Amino acid sequence: MPDCQFCGDPATVHLTDIVNKKKREMHLCENCARRQNLLPDAPSPQLNLPALLQLLMNQFAPVPGGAETDEGDPTALTCPTCGLKYAQFRADGRLGCPEDYEVFYPVLVPILERVHRGLQHHGKVPHAVRQRRERDELDDLKGQLAEAVAAEDYEEAARLRDRIRGKETAE
Amino acid sequence: MNLDRLLPNLGEWLRGIGPESDIVVSSRVRLARNLADMPFGNRANAEQKTETETRVRNAVATASLPYALEFVDVAKLTPIDRQFLVERQLMSRELASVLDGPRGVAFNETESVSVMVNEEDHLRLQVMRSGLALDEAWTEIDRLDDALEANLAFAFHDQFGYLTACPTNVGTGMRASVMLHLPALSLTKEIEKLFRSLQKINLVVRGLYGEGSRASGDLYQISNQVTLGKSESRVLQEIREVIAQIIQYERRARQLLLKERRQAEQDRVARAIGTLGSATMITSEETMELLSTVRLGIQLHLLDDLPPTTVNQLFIHTQAAHLQKLMGTPLDGEERNAARAKYLRNRLRELGSHQR
Repeated sequence: MPDCQFCGDPATVHLTDIVNKKKREMHLCENCARRQNLLPDAPSPQLNLPALLQLLMNQFAPVPGGAETDEGDPTALTCPTCGLKYAQFRADGRLGCPEDYEVFYPVLVPILERVHRGLQHHGKVPHAVRQRRERDELDDLKGQLAEAVAAEDYEEAARLRDRIRGKETAE
Repeated sequence: MNLDRLLPNLGEWLRGIGPESDIVVSSRVRLARNLADMPFGNRANAEQKTETETRVRNAVATASLPYALEFVDVAKLTPIDRQFLVERQLMSRELASVLDGPRGVAFNETESVSVMVNEEDHLRLQVMRSGLALDEAWTEIDRLDDALEANLAFAFHDQFGYLTACPTNVGTGMRASVMLHLPALSLTKEIEKLFRSLQKINLVVRGLYGEGSRASGDLYQISNQVTLGKSESRVLQEIREVIAQIIQYERRARQLLLKERRQAEQDRVARAIGTLGSATMITSEETMELLSTVRLGIQLHLLDDLPPTTVNQLFIHTQAAHLQKLMGTPLDGEERNAARAKYLRNRLRELGSHQR
């Protein structure tokens, strides 16, 4: 049985949600679930849905530096880098710094979907980013090669070596 | 820099040449870019804006490009000079008079390339071409972007692409627009139907001076709305296809006008020239409407001793800031209307075409 993601006690509350075909799971002990307002205080079969949604949004939206949230309200998001508050963004539609795209991720996604009907950039990528991606890919292939060699899967290793050579000569 | 030296030139967008220039005035591509480690314009303090300006100025100065970009400090310009650059389409009205603090614009000799600094985004690159030439404009701006990126780290996100202050620009940061002169479609009222259908396919129609401006002189800018999820080449292709169709509609409407009401059009054109050449007070609005009629008259060969570039010159010179520069003195609204009428009378007399 998995441990609670908040305190490490045995988890008894398990949440699964599926967004864009990606499955995400959370495990909590009863105390932490209650602290997150997921479970009502009085015995009741009803889960607190808004609190559940909020918890999932905050848990899974990549939020580097940690957005400060006030009682789990998405509209209470504030960027730790530039100080932009959600209400200010709502008021004039302008973000304050590049970091805001991570901080306000959960509220931006529906807006971007409505405006652009797309959520994944296609097109030009800066040279610096392209180089980084190529390096990462090469490192990844080299890692796979080492694993294949260790597993004495020489056929796979030969295939990987050819791909690495191809990429290195292309550079 | 003394901006007065630009006065005799038409600027790239009014050169009046290029493919389909009987209908397409100009093509423009702009890219929004931001520095990775700076707050966007609306949350940057004066110090940060100054640093952004310094970094971009340096990058512009050292960029490896086949043309030189000269930097103008917008904060130090007079209101007339700011308006002058807006009229020449080298910078936005926002940069000219809405925003404050350190900001500027760099542009080249032919006015085909400009880089705004500290607009809504740290950088707004723009390339203009007269006529329908979106591909050429894209190639040029792509190279400019590369040259600047060599010296600047742009904010870029693996999922969202180039990050911008407004989420409506995120992704490619590209807005491609084509300025069209559509007098025949306006006259036959088909234009509203056309615009409604363009909105359905996510294209935006705007007036001459961009966002929120009305269409003066039957000039319309058509541009893409989507920047996230479609590549630059796909967006350009979509616009190209739509523009080709609109050009066809406009040509058909023009031929219909000639066929069904040639005499009435001839009369309308003659009256337009007559008013331009004899009025003693005239607004910029009326001037643009009449020049639109004259431009159509030239294209329909109802008037043939006036080159289209002259219409462009009259068009730009009768804009408020250009007019005040030509007169060498600031003028209020009434004075401008009188000065504009006088300028038009004189120019048309010189051209000898008002006698038609």
